Formats: sequence, C-alpha cells, structure tokens
Amino acid sequence: MHEMGIVSSILTSAEEAATREGATRITEIRITVGELTEIVDFALQFAFEALTPGTIAEGATLTVTRLGAKSRCLECQTEYEHDRFEMLCPECGSFACELLTGRELEIDSIEVDPDESTAPASGPPAETPPQG
Amino acid sequence: MQIDISRPILDKNERLAAENRAIFDAAGIFVLDLMASPGAGKTSTILATIAALRGRYSIAVIEGDIASSVDAEKIAAHGIPAVQINTGGACHLESDMIRRALSSLDLGTLDLLIIENVGNLVCPTEFYLGEHAKVMILSVPEGHDKPYKYPGIFQIAEAVILNKYDTIEVFDFDESEFRQVVSSLNPKAPVFPISATKGDSVELWAEWLAGRIEANKART
Repeated sequence: MHEMGIVSSILTSAEEAATREGATRITEIRITVGELTEIVDFALQFAFEALTPGTIAEGATLTVTRLGAKSRCLECQTEYEHDRFEMLCPECGSFACELLTGRELEIDSIEVDPDESTAPASGPPAETPPQG
Repeated sequence: MQIDISRPILDKNERLAAENRAIFDAAGIFVLDLMASPGAGKTSTILATIAALRGRYSIAVIEGDIASSVDAEKIAAHGIPAVQINTGGACHLESDMIRRALSSLDLGTLDLLIIENVGNLVCPTEFYLGEHAKVMILSVPEGHDKPYKYPGIFQIAEAVILNKYDTIEVFDFDESEFRQVVSSLNPKAPVFPISATKGDSVELWAEWLAGRIEANKART
C-alpha cells in the first residue's frame, strides 16, 4: 500500500504547477500508469480521496490511463505486446528482449478552474512525508 | 484550463536517486539493493555474502526496517559498518533516507554497499535509490508459486537468490516450475540456490556479485 506516497507525490507536483499558473482550484489530475507497475487503481483512488480534502484539489477527479506492456526482441526485432507473465519473443522465443513500455508512472496534466486562474498565487505546497 | 506537467510521479525520489548514484560512482562504490519478504533471510544472506567477500572487498550495510536496530547490530557484531534506517511505518526505502544514512559511512574506504530494503515484495520495486543492481531473495518456505503472485519484483531483480535451499524436501517446493516461471518473467536473471545460515552454495552468488563489482570498477 504505497499508493499513499504515490498520491502525495502527485499532489505535490499538481499543486506546484497550479500555483505557478496562479490557479487556486484543481478539477482534474491525469496520470499514466504502466501495466507492469505495482500500482492498484482502487488504492490510488482511495488515497486520492483521503488526501485531497482541504487542498486545492479537493473534489478533483483522478483520471488514470493504463499503458500496456510492450517489448522489442533484440534478435529478430519483432515488437510485441505482452502481459506481465510472459516476456519471451512470441516469434523466435528469444529471451533477449528490451522493455519499451509498461513501467510508466507519470503525471501528464492537470485541469484547473479557469474562473479562478487569475487569483493571486498562494504559498508553495507543504512537503508530505513518504507513507506506506 | 489545462496545464501540462509530463514528468515522473516519483520525480523527486528519482532526482535524489540520481544524486546518490553520482556520489556512489565518485567514490567507486558498487551498491546493491536487496529486497525480500520479512523472514526470507536478508540479513543472513548479507552475513554469508560478507563472509565470502570480506577478504576482497571493503563492505558496509544500510539496514532498512520499520523499527528497531536488531539487524544493524547483527551486522556490526561482525565488524562491518552498519547504519540502521527506521522508516517509522513506511513500507519501503526512499532516496532521501539513503542520503541521510550515507553521512554515517566513510565512503572513500568502501567497495560494496549493501542496502537491505524493508521486508516487502511489492513497494520497494517502484523506488530507485541510486543502486547499481536490485536483487531479490525468495526463501523455500514461501513457496514456488510466489512469482505468479508478485511478478513485479521478479521482473525488476537482476538476480534471484533462492534461500533456505536445505529445506526444499520439507516444503514440497517445485524448483523446476519456479525456475521456469522466473525465466519467463525475467529471462536474463540467474537463480542462485543457497542456504545462508549454513553458508552452503554461497560461492556462485558471491562470484556473480564480485563480477558486477569488478565490471563497475572498470567502468567508473
């Protein structure tokens, strides 16, 4: 259950970006999560609901885009999609493969309330300690 | 209004990890992040590794636990510098904790720094600490089905140590199935069966680690 720490990091980045643009309310945060990460959507949403009240992201939506795993075979150059259990090249069976996507954990963008985007910037967000 | 951010969620951890890595490389230290469940034998494996390599390399250990200094005391009793990190509840180590621990070590004298991560098969996989390799231990009593249940850690580890190998008959552990699943999850990772507390078969693992230390010395 390290999703609390992940959501703390997301909120820190989002609040920094919003504050820099002078926004006072975040309505949506969009992130991309690779299928091979150890991140559970339910736990992310739970942590998000627990950590946002009282912040400028209170009531915001957390939109998660899941990105599938893809590798390239270094022997026959085939690019193939796979699940987290079977990494071998489906064409030649080689184990010399390079992971192209699947381990992403990125904050893509945020949506801020346009009506309040001209309000003066508040102070920087507080650092949140890592949590399990 | 949309604001683009496009950066890693764990950006701060990764920046600090990159700084840790620069410190390690400047000092010529190879750093290993050792991950496993509670009770798999992380500390015993570290002690067996120290016994195998202390004649060749100067070694120190960072111990990560939620609480207590039991592990650091065990290592220090063997005359090896050990720093205890207590995460106070967090289920994994992060780069800033490693950075703080480094101030207690004489980096210029070290060849190998072993970081014992908090006992957990999930969370430590997501956090880069600046290490040169992540290695995991599975112990026989945990069962050969663990790679099905916790694939992520088996994929990120560069080598898999199978500890408590002397108990394999008792626990009905299917080694060939285990090896098959590990190799499909992580085809390049070698599997090293050992019995850490008895010191059995530690040589192959220790030589693999020595090879990585030497390759790193040649590179930096």
